[in-house]
Amino acid sequence: MITLIVLVLAVLTALQLIRIFELSSKARKTAEYEVTDRDNNNQGWLMLLFGIGFIAAFFWMLFTWLPVTLPKPASEHGVDYDNLMEISMLVIIAMFLVVQPILFYFAWKYRGAKDRKATYYEHNNRLEFIWTIVPALVLAVLIIYGMTTWSNVMNPKNEQEPLVIEVYAQQFKWTARYAGKDNQLGYANVRLIKDANVIGVDTLDTQAADDQITTEIHLPVGRPVLFRFRSQDVIHSAYFPHFRAQMNCVPGMTTQFQFTPTVTTAEMRQDPEVQAKVARINKIRGEKGLEAYAYDYVLLCNKICGSAHYNMQMNIVVESEEEYAKWLAEQKTVAETL
Amino acid sequence: MADHAHDHAHDHAHDDHHDHEHHVDNFWTKYVFSIDHKMIAKQFLVTGMFMGIIGVFMSMLFRLQLAWPGESFPILETFLGKWAPDGVMDPNMYLALVTIHGTIMVFFVLTAGLSGTFSNLLIPLQIGARDMASGFLNMISYWFFAASSAVMVISLFVETGPASGGWTVYPPLSALPQAMPGSGAGMTLWLVSMTLFIAGSLIGSLNYIVTVINLRTKGMSMTRLPLTIWAFLVTAILGVLSFPVLLSAALLLVFDRSMGTSFYLSDIMVAGEMLTNQGGSPILFEHLFWFLGHPEVYIILLPALGITSEVIATNSRKPIFGYRAMIGSILAIAFLSFIVWGHHMFVTGMNPFLGSVFTFTTLLIAIPSAVKAFNYITTLWKGNIQFTPAMLFSIGLVSTFVAGGLTGIILGDSALDINVHDTYFVVAHFHIVMGLSAIFGMFAGVYHWFPKMYGRMMNKSMGYLHFWLTFVSAYGVFFPMHFTGLAGLPRRYYSNAEFPIFDELQDINVIITMFAIGGGIAQLIFIFNFFYSMWRGPKAPQNPWNSNTLEWTTPVEHLHGNWPGAIPEVHRWAYDYSKPGHDEDFVPQNTPLKDGEQAH
Repeated sequence: MITLIVLVLAVLTALQLIRIFELSSKARKTAEYEVTDRDNNNQGWLMLLFGIGFIAAFFWMLFTWLPVTLPKPASEHGVDYDNLMEISMLVIIAMFLVVQPILFYFAWKYRGAKDRKATYYEHNNRLEFIWTIVPALVLAVLIIYGMTTWSNVMNPKNEQEPLVIEVYAQQFKWTARYAGKDNQLGYANVRLIKDANVIGVDTLDTQAADDQITTEIHLPVGRPVLFRFRSQDVIHSAYFPHFRAQMNCVPGMTTQFQFTPTVTTAEMRQDPEVQAKVARINKIRGEKGLEAYAYDYVLLCNKICGSAHYNMQMNIVVESEEEYAKWLAEQKTVAETL
Repeated sequence: MADHAHDHAHDHAHDDHHDHEHHVDNFWTKYVFSIDHKMIAKQFLVTGMFMGIIGVFMSMLFRLQLAWPGESFPILETFLGKWAPDGVMDPNMYLALVTIHGTIMVFFVLTAGLSGTFSNLLIPLQIGARDMASGFLNMISYWFFAASSAVMVISLFVETGPASGGWTVYPPLSALPQAMPGSGAGMTLWLVSMTLFIAGSLIGSLNYIVTVINLRTKGMSMTRLPLTIWAFLVTAILGVLSFPVLLSAALLLVFDRSMGTSFYLSDIMVAGEMLTNQGGSPILFEHLFWFLGHPEVYIILLPALGITSEVIATNSRKPIFGYRAMIGSILAIAFLSFIVWGHHMFVTGMNPFLGSVFTFTTLLIAIPSAVKAFNYITTLWKGNIQFTPAMLFSIGLVSTFVAGGLTGIILGDSALDINVHDTYFVVAHFHIVMGLSAIFGMFAGVYHWFPKMYGRMMNKSMGYLHFWLTFVSAYGVFFPMHFTGLAGLPRRYYSNAEFPIFDELQDINVIITMFAIGGGIAQLIFIFNFFYSMWRGPKAPQNPWNSNTLEWTTPVEHLHGNWPGAIPEVHRWAYDYSKPGHDEDFVPQNTPLKDGEQAH
């Protein structure tokens, strides 16, 4: 009922407004739709004002919200990733800060007037050549830099044998499988899922006997880790934002991604930037009466997978080689559980 | 340049047409089963607007949930019923809303609503033709679209909810009703609707291509065509080449869903049930989908850019700068759009070498795009800018095209995509560069050609108000998303309250929602202005914007056949604005060259 009254009032107001617009143009002896010098002047100034406001807002956002973005990377290639990101960002922000102000400045500067005459200027090959070639050169640099980084990320050179871990996705949880002493994952297929064998490990495969199935991922710092991804039902995406890594988990096939964690969870919690972040978060959580938070690495699902997609997570702990060995020793092997 | 008139552009059919006044149209043949391109354009526009209202309203509903997750809003229960018990949105309904919002905006509003409206309205009028090559097919094309819209709307009301696997409907999620309720009857209707949509779109596109190639009036050579027509022509070609691939992807999905085939399915256990499907690959679907999906971005964007070229030139009272370069960049963008689809799939496990190839082709698109942006800005330079509402939206488009295009350089780079893929950074990017730019182009088109469509003028002051509220809130919604994306927040999350690391993003989400609601409500001004002006707006003069193109040589009252006498002959390009040696600051295309006058 109230909604209806508001709606009726809004329509009536709009009708009255239109009458006012029309009457005031009549008083000025122009049709309402004709663009007058006064309109051009007003809109031109609004354009300039918007341009200034837009750039100011951009810097305000940069200043206010840059701290909420991800902290320093916790993986080896993450450092290269962040460098490439920084350079690409600087290039596009520079372009943004050149082109947007010019656009709004021109809109204001050349706002129409009855006595103004536009310049007939149809083309200029030299100018067009310049703004084809300059972006091409800048892009060439970015493309080469990007491809080199991509190639390094996807084909890492291994000085030591990577630790092999399977990440298994299903609606709506993650399971990890460590390759055990032989560092070889035993064969697995969803068709073998039965009772306690929840991720379909082939118990007859000798390489599977020492595999360890876990509900958390622990990683020794400084050692390359090769993740192999499987999915039980729909496409999921294993997203490790702190490590600058992501790979889809696709039913019917295995995908993989390798990275080397370089910062332990404990070290990350000591980082001043992270501590400031955690302090801000805990202030918010305190106000809501939620329990305090200590910084943790986390694995998220980043491909729409169903109703609880938003809460499909697994904790990741990066720790020293000794702590890792101790944790791993506590995990049961497939031979023990199945 | 182009001072030779093409002979193949002939004043076809005008002799058979002097009996057009004797047609007796009844209500059905005039407003419903019309074969007149101007009426069909209006049908596309009004249907597109109707779908647009639904799509935008859905976004306002899910923004409520994102700003205040899990809180109760009575309005949600009013509109969503059992999907929002006690006013709290169900997660499945959240996914359904984002899915249908995406589908409606991408296909129904910005493909059919934009290209359908303006290709239909402008192609015959601007090239000097009596109508489309086939008026009947044109009508069929609209009715396929209308039917597909109806099916899509009906799908909102099925028991298990509408399709909810994202507008990209990746299987297996979209193939298996066990995976989510929306993949049941809702998804079936989604596929039916899209099949009808694609059929309509193909028929329409073929008609546009044939018309532009064959029915240009005498003197209308390809290099005298307004850039709008170039944009519509290339858009139609993109549609013809890419939509059939989506159709095949959809058909295979239908087979997998209903006939037990395994094109996309292999080794799946869902909801405790082991499926028998084996040997298929969901990645195949992604390749087929994005082979359409990426050209689709330009099917949406190019008409908006074409409209902007026309509006900016007219209202700067200057020729569009670099006409040939503009055509070249449209063609370059169109060509490249077919070889970049893999940039949507960098993290699917695709061979890393392919990632490099797609990075290369993707970043190349920045070059013709930069040319376009710079040419628009140079057109403004030393102009005499007339700020009509259409001009404001066109300038807004240039701003969003630049702001959104630049972040494409980040996302198109496979190495950088790893960590921002499917985060809000992507949402910000494509909404600004494609969503906002295209919708601004559409608004510009409506404000500019409303007098041609309805013979009346829209209210200018309301147009100003509409533009500024829309422009400010559009950036207010999408600019902050860059930061939530860089914080690692994935898209399509019902709530980000489950991850403490995202707690400090909640303020940003509230700001975004405020702008979204404000911007959504501001659209009511447009809708009011549109319908009020349709009946009560002041009568339009024949050429309200002092424009050069041929549509303004037709009478204000619509006639079947467009021109009462002979079709005008074209003697010059469309952009002789403020040309020295002429008294007026515009020279319509049908004005013969003066003695000794240089063509452009």
